[in-house]
Amino acid sequence: MKLNRIHWPSLSASTMVLGVLFLYTPIVTLIFYSFNGSERVNVWSEFSVHWYVELFANEALMSAVWTSLKLAVSSATMAVFLGTLASVALTRCGHFKGRYLFMGMITAPLVMPDVITGLSMLLLFVNMNELVNWPEGRGMLTIWIAHVTFCMAFVTIIISSRLRDVDLRLEDAARDLGAGTLTTFCTITLPIIAPALIAGWMLAFTLSLDDLVIASFVSGPSATTLPMVVFSSVRMGVSPQINALATLMILAVFITSLLSYQLVKKKAN
Amino acid sequence: MMKWRQYVQKGLVILPPYLWLLVFFLVPFLIVFGISLTEPKIAQPPYSDIVTAEDGRWNIILDFSNYLWLLGDELYPAALLNSLNIAFWSTCLCILIGFPMAWFIAKAPTGRRNLYLMLVVLPSWTSFLIRIYAWMGILRSQGPLNQCLMALGIIDSPLRILNTEVAVYIGIVYCYLPFFILPLYSHLIKLDGRLLDAAADLGAGTVTRFVTIVLPLAMQGVIAGGLLVFIPIVGEFVVPELLGGSNVLMIGKVLWTEFFANRDWPVASAVATVLLVMLLLPIILLQRFQDLKSTDQRGQ
Repeated sequence: MKLNRIHWPSLSASTMVLGVLFLYTPIVTLIFYSFNGSERVNVWSEFSVHWYVELFANEALMSAVWTSLKLAVSSATMAVFLGTLASVALTRCGHFKGRYLFMGMITAPLVMPDVITGLSMLLLFVNMNELVNWPEGRGMLTIWIAHVTFCMAFVTIIISSRLRDVDLRLEDAARDLGAGTLTTFCTITLPIIAPALIAGWMLAFTLSLDDLVIASFVSGPSATTLPMVVFSSVRMGVSPQINALATLMILAVFITSLLSYQLVKKKAN
Repeated sequence: MMKWRQYVQKGLVILPPYLWLLVFFLVPFLIVFGISLTEPKIAQPPYSDIVTAEDGRWNIILDFSNYLWLLGDELYPAALLNSLNIAFWSTCLCILIGFPMAWFIAKAPTGRRNLYLMLVVLPSWTSFLIRIYAWMGILRSQGPLNQCLMALGIIDSPLRILNTEVAVYIGIVYCYLPFFILPLYSHLIKLDGRLLDAAADLGAGTVTRFVTIVLPLAMQGVIAGGLLVFIPIVGEFVVPELLGGSNVLMIGKVLWTEFFANRDWPVASAVATVLLVMLLLPIILLQRFQDLKSTDQRGQ
C-alpha cells in the first residue's frame, strides 16, 4: 500500500538529476584543477595557465596527439566505407550463404573485451609476418587495421538501422525510371542516409582516439598513441598536464556537439 | 546475363566487409586457441611451434598444460569469479540507476528528449581514460570528495576509497551507464502510453501498472542493455588497473600482466580462450535480442 503513495514521476526526475550530476562531476573537477597554479594537485593556490603552457611544450605528448589524430581520421574513413557495404549487405542483399556468421561478426566486436581483441590481433599479425612477411613490423598500419575492424561494427549498427528506415519505394521508383543499382544508391539512398554516415564516422573517430588496450597490444616502438602516453603518465600518479589536455578535449567535444545540435535543429525547422 | 551481373554486384558489396572480418576478427581467435596449446619459449615469438617437421614427418604437438596450470593456480579461478561478480553487480547498478533515467527521457516532451539524451551521452564522447583519471583525483584520500565529507562533518578522518572495490564499482558504473540507457530508451520510446492510461482507468495502482505493463514490455530492452554492459565489464582492464590498484583482482588485468609483464604468451592465450568461452553464451543471447534478423527488408 505504501509503495503506491510514492510519486513515481518525481522519483525518475530526481534520479535523472542525480545521474546527470554523477556524470558531470568528474568533468567539472578536471576543468577546475587544470587552472590550478599549485604543484600539488588537490590544493588550490591561484588561477594559472601554467599547465597549458607545459602541455604544449611537451613534445612526446604533442607528437602522440598527432599520431592519434591521423589514425582516428584514417580508420574512421575506412570503417565507414566497409560499414556502409556491410549495412547494404545486411539490408538489401536478401539471404546469402554465411549471413548468420556475418551478423555474429558484426555483433561480437561491440562487446568483445578489449584485452581479447588486442591479444588476438597481435597474434594474428605476428603469424602473418612469419608466413607472408606482411605487415612488416608493428606500428601505425597494424593499429589502423585493428581500429578499422572494431569501429566497423559500430558503424554498421548505426548505418543499417538508418537503411532499414529508408522508404524502399523511392529506390524502386528510381529503378523503374531506368537507373542502375549503383546510380540508384548514389543519387537516392546515399543522400538519405548521409546523417548516419556522419554520425558513424564521428563515433568511429572517437572510438579510435579513445582506445588504449588494443593499441597497446598491436603497436610497436614506432607508434605511440595519445592514450598510451596518458596512461603511462597517469600510472605514475596524478599529473596536472593531463588536466589541461582533458579540458581542451572536453572543449572540442562540447563545441562540436553544440554545432551539430544546432544544425539538426535548423534542419528540423 | 542479367542474373550474372547481379551476382557480381552482390559479391562486390558483401565480400569486402565479409573477408575483412573473417581475416581480422575470426581467424585471430583460432590463432589464440592454437597458441594456448603451445609451450612458452625464450624466442621470437616466445612460444613453441604447434606443427614441427621431423625426419620428413609432420608432428602436431598439443599441450594442454596451460589449462591445467590455470586450474591448478588459485589466482585464475579467483580472478574470473571476481570479474563475473563485479560485472553482475555493476550491471544491476546500471539497471537501477539507468531505468528511471531512460524512463524520464522517454516520457519527456518531444522537443526535450534529444537535449536530455545528449546530456547523458556527451560525457562518453570525451576520453574514457581521462574520465577514469578524474575519478582518481576525486576519490583519493586528500581529494575533493573526502574534503567535502569532512567539511560537512559526516566523517572525521578521510575514507580510503581509491584502490578498493568501491572505486572500481564507481568507475565501471560511471563509464557504462550511458551504454545501458541508450538501448533501453529506444525500447521505452515505443511503449504506448495509452496502455498505462487504460490500466489506470480500470483501477490498477502504480505498482501494478509497472509490474504488469511496463516491465514485460521493457524487458527486452533491459536484457539487451544489460548484456551490452555486462560482457565488456567482465574483461575490463583500465578501470580495475587505475582505480582498484593491486587490491582488486580481475581477469582482464591478469591477462594484461601475463602478456606484458611475464611475457607468457601461451598462458595469456589460454586465459583469453577461457574468457571467450565464458562470454560466448551471453554474446549469442545478445545477438538474439539485438534482432539484426529483422534488418533485411527485401530478404526472407
